Amino acid sequence: MIQTPESEKAMSSTQPSSLASVANARIERTQASTATGTGLESRGVHAWFGKNHVLADINLEFAAGSVTALIGPSGCGKSTFIRTMNRMHEFIPGAAMAGQVLLDGKDVYAPGVDVTKIRLQIGMVFQKPNPFPSMTIGENVLSGLKLAQIKVADKDELLESCLVRAGLWNEVKDRLDAHGGSLSGGQQQRLCIARALAVSPQVLLMDEPCSALDPGSTLRIEDTIRELSDSMTIIIVTHNMQQAARVSDYTAFFLSDGGPGEMIEVARTSDIFSQPKDKRTENYVTGRFG
Amino acid sequence: MTATLIPSPRKISTEPRRSDKVFRGVVTSGGLSSLVVLGLIAAFLAYRGFEVLRAEGLSFITSAEWSITLDESANVVESNFGLSAMLVGTILCALVAVVIAVPISVLSALYLNFYAPAWLKKILVAVIDMMAAFPSILFGIWGFLVLMPSVEYWAKLINRYLGWIPIFEVEPYFFSRSPFVAGVVLAIMIIPIITSVSREIFAQAPLDRIQAAFALGATRWAMIKAVVIPHGRSGVVGGAMLGLGRAMGETVAVYTVLNIVYQINWQILLGAGGNVASLIILKFGEASEFEIKALMAAGLILFLLTLAVNALANVIVKTTGKSGR
Repeated sequence: MIQTPESEKAMSSTQPSSLASVANARIERTQASTATGTGLESRGVHAWFGKNHVLADINLEFAAGSVTALIGPSGCGKSTFIRTMNRMHEFIPGAAMAGQVLLDGKDVYAPGVDVTKIRLQIGMVFQKPNPFPSMTIGENVLSGLKLAQIKVADKDELLESCLVRAGLWNEVKDRLDAHGGSLSGGQQQRLCIARALAVSPQVLLMDEPCSALDPGSTLRIEDTIRELSDSMTIIIVTHNMQQAARVSDYTAFFLSDGGPGEMIEVARTSDIFSQPKDKRTENYVTGRFG
Repeated sequence: MTATLIPSPRKISTEPRRSDKVFRGVVTSGGLSSLVVLGLIAAFLAYRGFEVLRAEGLSFITSAEWSITLDESANVVESNFGLSAMLVGTILCALVAVVIAVPISVLSALYLNFYAPAWLKKILVAVIDMMAAFPSILFGIWGFLVLMPSVEYWAKLINRYLGWIPIFEVEPYFFSRSPFVAGVVLAIMIIPIITSVSREIFAQAPLDRIQAAFALGATRWAMIKAVVIPHGRSGVVGGAMLGLGRAMGETVAVYTVLNIVYQINWQILLGAGGNVASLIILKFGEASEFEIKALMAAGLILFLLTLAVNALANVIVKTTGKSGR
């Protein structure tokens, strides 16, 4: 059988192109699974409310694309610490801080820094779901763009992708025009996650995001966190140690013995729970106090 | 198998304690007393004005003429009482006042809540509350001596550039003591009340939503647009209606700065207008017995107009309130 030059040409042209598309796909996937930036770092962070010194000398590094859980008893300064990261701390009258918070090596507290840009890069999900009551589900997801005056070419696509990533799309796709308040608590919290994702932050801070939710919603949000960790750095405050064990790569233990809160120990999550170095960490994770 | 017996619902009642009953009585009487007083005033006005209302019929609110002729022994020879010019004037002055006062009040309230430093806020709140309690005759005198000349200047400017809009026409060319001047004086009088109401409602904007907006990279103004204004919209409308009610009922201040002319005038810059309350104060001192009855009837109409505005305010607050909460 004699091959015609044409068919030969056809074969040789299809093969490389299909290889190229595989390679492209691989590159895309790698790109998608890599968080941008070099992560977040706190250097010698202290915090005060008025004269009350609540947080002392916190040094932590959060590698890009990692999930870090902050655990510790109530009042040890975990929430205050993450609020210093995106400069939400300063909203409380009398609040003060010292030290540095570095995003991609740049101090977010440096003079001349536009705080609204910092908050676009470091998103936040709060303890209680707080969708905007005057907006629909769709408007809530895209509200960050409107608030920060960001233009997006394809709003519908962004809306869908954010809701898919937050694990809410299937439940709300037929009622995007309904009000955010019509959703259940767990759905509202996932709506808030979708809203935070829409402005594509590098870092997502989560302040006990599941403490007001039922176990089913909690598991769904944990799934979401694991999926998001492919593309962003996540810091989650939690009182639930199983949750810390389930979702995080690293765990930091905070404690206050009457004075300001301190960071006692940070390590891989499996190590914190199996072989903590500090006796106090061991007591806490084994449930002897706190 | 036993059939399930579905019981009828039980009657549930509670027997309140004696102290609770007493307190309930006290609060109820307090709550009802204002209703009783209001009802008695309306009944009094209706009773005294009934004769005139029956004689004039519908023309009491459609005609603009206000005249009475008496013979030597004070018997009524001829009388014509119509309120239309005064009603139009009342509404015009009040509308001018609200249109000027609402934006200023809302901006002040936003400034006080979200921008002013704490020490300045304290001072400003005290000053604004004091303004609300300021005697209206002082506003009137100040408006007459100080404000009127400069407002006339603005009025002439408005007329020169916007005179092609019918309500800004001035024919004949006479600007003193116009509904516009009265409206500006009224605006200054109602700014404090609208500001306080707006300030209260803005202060109640939910903190967690405010934080949510800031955490999304909102500027202060973007946050206010997204959270505070939707939350406070119905409250501002309510405050504006309170101000409108006050502006329509205001007597002395308007009397000092407004020409009363018995002719319907829609040109707000023209020095001719009226106001039901000022008419009453103008005529009351030297009115004959029959004219007093006409003034009582006028009072009743003003009362009903204010009531209607407040009812409208309630409807607006209820219908616009839902989306914001």
